[in-house]
Amino acid sequence: MDDVNGIVAETATRLLRDHIEHRLLVDAEAGALPGSLWNAVEEAGLTHAMIPELAGGVGLDGVVAANLVRLLGYHAAPLPLAETMLAARLLAEAGLVPPCGPLTVAAAGGGSGLALRRTSDGWHLSGKAERVPWGRVAGALAVVGDVGGERVVALAATADCTVARGTNLALEPRDTLTFDLRLSPAQVAPASVGTRELKLMGAALRSLALAGALDRVLELTAGYVGERVQFGRTLSKFQAVQQSMAVLAGQVAAAGGAADLAAEALAGSLSFPRIAAAKIRSGEAAGIAAGIAHQLHGAMGFSHEHVLHFYTKRLWAWREEFGGEAEWSRALGAQALRQDADSLWPFVTAA
Amino acid sequence: MSYFSYPAAVLPASAETLRAEVREFLAVELKDRGPLERAQSWMGFDADFSRKMGARGWIAMTWPRAYGGHESTALDRYVVLEEMLAAGAPVAAHWIADRQSGPLLLRYGSETQRQKILPRISAGECFFCIGMSEPNSGSDLAAARTRAEPAEGGYRVTGTKLWTTYAHHAHYMILLARTEPGERREGLSQFVVDLATPGITIRPVLDISGAHHFNEVHFEDVFLPADSIVGQPGDGWKQVMGELAFERSGPERFLSSFELLKALVRVLSEDPSDMAREQVGRLMAHLVVLRRLSTSVAGMLQAGQDPQFEAAVVKDLGALFEQEIPEIARRLVGCEPSLESQDRFLNVLAYTTLAAPSFSLRGGTREILRGIIARGLGLR
Repeated sequence: MDDVNGIVAETATRLLRDHIEHRLLVDAEAGALPGSLWNAVEEAGLTHAMIPELAGGVGLDGVVAANLVRLLGYHAAPLPLAETMLAARLLAEAGLVPPCGPLTVAAAGGGSGLALRRTSDGWHLSGKAERVPWGRVAGALAVVGDVGGERVVALAATADCTVARGTNLALEPRDTLTFDLRLSPAQVAPASVGTRELKLMGAALRSLALAGALDRVLELTAGYVGERVQFGRTLSKFQAVQQSMAVLAGQVAAAGGAADLAAEALAGSLSFPRIAAAKIRSGEAAGIAAGIAHQLHGAMGFSHEHVLHFYTKRLWAWREEFGGEAEWSRALGAQALRQDADSLWPFVTAA
Repeated sequence: MSYFSYPAAVLPASAETLRAEVREFLAVELKDRGPLERAQSWMGFDADFSRKMGARGWIAMTWPRAYGGHESTALDRYVVLEEMLAAGAPVAAHWIADRQSGPLLLRYGSETQRQKILPRISAGECFFCIGMSEPNSGSDLAAARTRAEPAEGGYRVTGTKLWTTYAHHAHYMILLARTEPGERREGLSQFVVDLATPGITIRPVLDISGAHHFNEVHFEDVFLPADSIVGQPGDGWKQVMGELAFERSGPERFLSSFELLKALVRVLSEDPSDMAREQVGRLMAHLVVLRRLSTSVAGMLQAGQDPQFEAAVVKDLGALFEQEIPEIARRLVGCEPSLESQDRFLNVLAYTTLAAPSFSLRGGTREILRGIIARGLGLR
């Protein structure tokens, strides 16, 4: 099994490194899917990486699979791979067969504009799914629904939905899909997760991606200050710059620790305190780190021609998705404040 | 891909059993300890408590049995430490000996020193202080000027040490002094000094709250026998650096304000506003992540690695966290901190406000740590 884990991680690293160069990132800002990269990752089986062995997966370790998302963040990979991995997992765990091609996820019920209802001969999906990651290129969605007291997953094809295009700050597709779709009983299955868990999973994915992009931002910034010469020495020789770099590295380390918590939760019991802590901490690190990285890159890093913005814009976008720091902090804080003060520490050690 | 790595440290099953035992012990022992006393964190001094911890086998946990140790793992020790700190237990008496001086003697001390001293530390009966800083040598430790001149049968020491925590209660000091001529890092040696030796004067130095933790320790031609040197003459700098690396990432680096966080939660939980929830949730997230990083460093130490950069990062982030708590608490509650008030929250807020500046000074200042981190990034 260690072999599989090693091979998958290595393959992913190689594919992303070989395919993703500056031009591809620029082109992706127009919202198209980089086809040959997508084909390569799908052929390599990465889209099924998060499917547990019991649900027909290849038996990749859950933490290793989760860390693929950190790698995607590191490369700013303009692909719905994290969403496809998650959709495939949700479908497979419910006994549905994930189709080939890009997939994405959405919630029905639980406060969303999308509704899933039983009909006399099956199901009906209607309403708007807002800001769906990569909605325009996904062939189908795994729709997680809280229907009455029941939790279900539906496989909803996008062929007949209407798409209103939208983007996040990094110009990644975040589209609004409007459905009026009949689903056969075979396309909907009882699920062990609901809309709350979907949000936890999404937040965990974004924490991992943030940590990956932060790894790259630190690397880029360390490289830049080591090369750029002003006043006759490299920026890295100025104590003020060194101190800023240390703050940056601290934030990146914290986001890395947060991502590790998220990876374990995603592979395990979807612990709310862990994922909330991860999203809060990685989101906060993203803002501080992006600020320092741009400061140290000076005007150079503010140009579209420089690569830095592909990562910093993703930091600013991803920290908001599946709940920003404020939302998760209020939820985690509410739980902490329900503890007796003397139970606060046991709450921390149990997280 | 990452400059610093924090592999997952899995706490052994034994650690969770141990955690339950420690909690049970603390529930009894700290029954009458009030919030203001607990807020002292690892500055709280109680020799009786230390003896009880020794009796439970919770000092010198990782040392060899031959020297009174218990041969547990660093992670078991971590659990005991974090439980003590989270509860505000008075661990100061044995703290330095357990964390720093004992491990130093274990690594570099003579067999006689180990036999004579380590079992007493383990029993919670022998307390240490650290003689590193001097009036003109703080962060710049290599500027130390205290001299230990070779003399018949030993050394004669003259000089002054400053900021010496609990020297007035300690039995021994680990002293850093110049034994040979040499520049900066050369010619420094370490000694284990019995503080009852004639010629040593210990004077209190009060901190900004008026409390007496620090001292100035003056050596006036003090004779130290030759066998009081620790390790090799001239190796002091190397030994000291090793010693410091081991004290930068423990739970004491982010739990110093935990009593205030508890007090804050107690005050806010009656009717929490959205802002209160948000701020408390953020602090909890920071705490959970810091603990994750810190246990990872403990795991790396257990595995025999040298995570000096990772440890420096934890200490830097931990001090920011500890120092933020009083600022957030006062804004959320909107009150004036007070040591005179009957209100326990206001007492703890006042104490922590006055203690907070030290959190990013002791054990390496923020600036020194960030310099170390920059070195880890390859910038210097």
